[in-house]
Amino acid sequence: MRMPCAGISLDCFHQILPLGLFSIALREPSRGFTLSLDDCTMRVSELPRPSPERLLLQAQAEENKRWGARLKIFLGYAPGVGKSYRMLDEARRRHERGEDVVVAATQLQQSEDLQAILRKLELVPLLQKPAGQAVDVEAVLHRSPQVCVIDPLAAMNPPGSRNSHRWQDVQELLRNGISVLTSVNLLHVEEYKEKVQAITGKDTAETIPKSFLLAADDIVIVDVPTDLCLWRLGEKLTSIGISNSQERQLSELRELALLLTAEVVDAQLESYVHAHGIEQVFGTQERFLVCITPDSNAQAMIESGKRNKERFQGELHVVYVCQRGRPEDDSSTVETYLEAARKAGATTEVLESDDPIAAIAEFARQRRITQIFIGHGSHENWRDRFFGDPVLRLIRAAEGIDVRVFPR
Amino acid sequence: MPVPEATQRGNLKVYLGYAAGVGKTFQMLADAHAAVERGVDVVVAYFEPHARQDTIVLIEGLDVVPHRKLDYRGRTFQEMDTDAVLERKPRVALVDELAHTNIPGSQSTKRWEDVQVLLDAGIEVWTTMNVQHIESLNDQIWQITGIQVRETVPDWVVRQAAEIVAVDVTPEALLNRLKRGAIYKPEMAQKALTGFFKGSNLGALRELTLRQAAHEVDLRQSAYDKTSGFQVSRVSESRPDETAGDKSKERILIHITADSSSAMLIRRGRRVADFLHADCLALFVHKTAEITDLPAAEREAVEKHLRFAQNLRIDTQILAGQDIPRTVVEYARRSQVSQIFVARPRGRLRQRLLGRNYAEDIVRMAHDLQVTVVADRSRRQAS
Repeated sequence: MRMPCAGISLDCFHQILPLGLFSIALREPSRGFTLSLDDCTMRVSELPRPSPERLLLQAQAEENKRWGARLKIFLGYAPGVGKSYRMLDEARRRHERGEDVVVAATQLQQSEDLQAILRKLELVPLLQKPAGQAVDVEAVLHRSPQVCVIDPLAAMNPPGSRNSHRWQDVQELLRNGISVLTSVNLLHVEEYKEKVQAITGKDTAETIPKSFLLAADDIVIVDVPTDLCLWRLGEKLTSIGISNSQERQLSELRELALLLTAEVVDAQLESYVHAHGIEQVFGTQERFLVCITPDSNAQAMIESGKRNKERFQGELHVVYVCQRGRPEDDSSTVETYLEAARKAGATTEVLESDDPIAAIAEFARQRRITQIFIGHGSHENWRDRFFGDPVLRLIRAAEGIDVRVFPR
Repeated sequence: MPVPEATQRGNLKVYLGYAAGVGKTFQMLADAHAAVERGVDVVVAYFEPHARQDTIVLIEGLDVVPHRKLDYRGRTFQEMDTDAVLERKPRVALVDELAHTNIPGSQSTKRWEDVQVLLDAGIEVWTTMNVQHIESLNDQIWQITGIQVRETVPDWVVRQAAEIVAVDVTPEALLNRLKRGAIYKPEMAQKALTGFFKGSNLGALRELTLRQAAHEVDLRQSAYDKTSGFQVSRVSESRPDETAGDKSKERILIHITADSSSAMLIRRGRRVADFLHADCLALFVHKTAEITDLPAAEREAVEKHLRFAQNLRIDTQILAGQDIPRTVVEYARRSQVSQIFVARPRGRLRQRLLGRNYAEDIVRMAHDLQVTVVADRSRRQAS
């Protein structure tokens, strides 16, 4: 079977030495967010913190970097999209350009195309154990190639192996300066396992943490129309587009995989921005900021924020804004709002400032917000009459950001 | 494989990328070879004669319809020969670079118009384009890259495609191809490295492409569900209000003026309406319902904006009203509009003196409605 695969003989491969601006940035693991605003102007109730696991992976990524080892992951939404082919084809090209490449694990079933490539590459056989197989990490370390291909990434090692999971083997290779090319299916990403199962009924015990994907130097999605994917798995070929319920299901996975890749790319972009001191990069992802004040119709705004977040597959932030010296809602009401916001999938914070409008604008800039939701002003107090409608002031202050004003 | 009847409209497949050199044409041609092997009648209706060597190699073995040669200002240009393709009547026609503008003297102004002709004749078309050529993303692209993309394709053309394929490659690999001269000639490559291909541009465009592709895939799922009554446990959670019926259906009203920000406003309104599955209308208000009594320049600008809105499949209306903001708000209330889109006031003092931006008045008046004041994305902040 011929694999009409993405970018096959194009030069996907990269050299390790010349590091352009961009590659340096991509090698930076993404960081947690830190607030640079003065603590006395902003009270923060909930800062997103990277998980300990994530921090560990980042530290490891840092270490790998010193050795010039890079992790490149080929992501697919289902078997049959052609991940292995695209990955091995890149390995072949690297080999032909003089890189020292070995293959340490391959899929059990191989098409003729895959076999043809594999014949050109050096193999380090899997370690055979009574309870199963594992990557022969010791043999690979001893052989010490520049690049090692491991296909697939998600696998449990048999009991008594060096590491319980294959992705930990990969980490060990990276720590020892060996770059790794590997492939994974959406189903095998722990955080997506349930979702995929809900759609397809397929379950797996072999997973990798999503943080492993986020810490990769490179990720490539191998996207292919659902009809071709099924055809490669032996189904009858249909016309393009979604033609039956099976393709409809796969399409759902396809959407998830595209969004997951976008998320990884966004994390890389953020590190880039960070590393280069660029204050603001305009969003490719929609990020909504809902500002709740004592007067606003919080419930309606949070609901709309949730809907927009879902429709745009964006981010939702909800802040409660209070101004010093002004009457506040009682704290239980505020907490109810924030709880509702968190249930809607928002991150929540409390902003307290002498100038709430400036605080909102600053917060929005820092978080690369694309739309601010705020309630219509009340015009009831002397301050607003004197300084002007706060909503109009926000519209002027929030340059580059849409402001959506809600009825009270 | 089901062969479409002669009268049935052809399907469209779009290979979507984020920059020149990501491998769109390459993948299209590779897929074409696979189709030919399966016995599908495929022709190359248009390919870039200046394509990269490894791409041109892939043309071999495929049936090619010769290009039309046109002389323009002393030089010879090549365009797709639409009539010849129609006459050849293949099952699938490959048309590279959907966003291309034809040389004056061609059958149509834009290549996507030629593609419509092929589709109407029942021919399936595979084509390539970059995300920056999608009309409604024009301002966002400018904001991200600082580059004004002139050749755009209306969103509805992309929307009609039965299939969108994201062609992905890492920016690093792309930059390496560029440095090796695999995309442009050396002197152009150097220029490209400091322009479009610089810094964070590629990452941002790549993310935009992936999100756009996900969105397009999602839309096709909804369309399929509607016609088939298919029910799947949705994981993307993107239609939580499906059962709520039309009550929650949003209606977006775009307030058009003669100001150049209207184009941006129309694009943004269209995009938000698409994502929210909302209706979208556009309104221009003038003292009389006739716009012929406007000064020529202003009238032209308004007409251009109205045409542009119609081109993006937005219903337009012209209303008479002495008090412009009031007329807009009252129309919105009458027509069950849930959101009014207005352009952000530019340069406070000047605009207020000229009285040409009504955003603040509309915000003040429309206390019972949502008003979205759209940022001017054509003005970049320092980055």
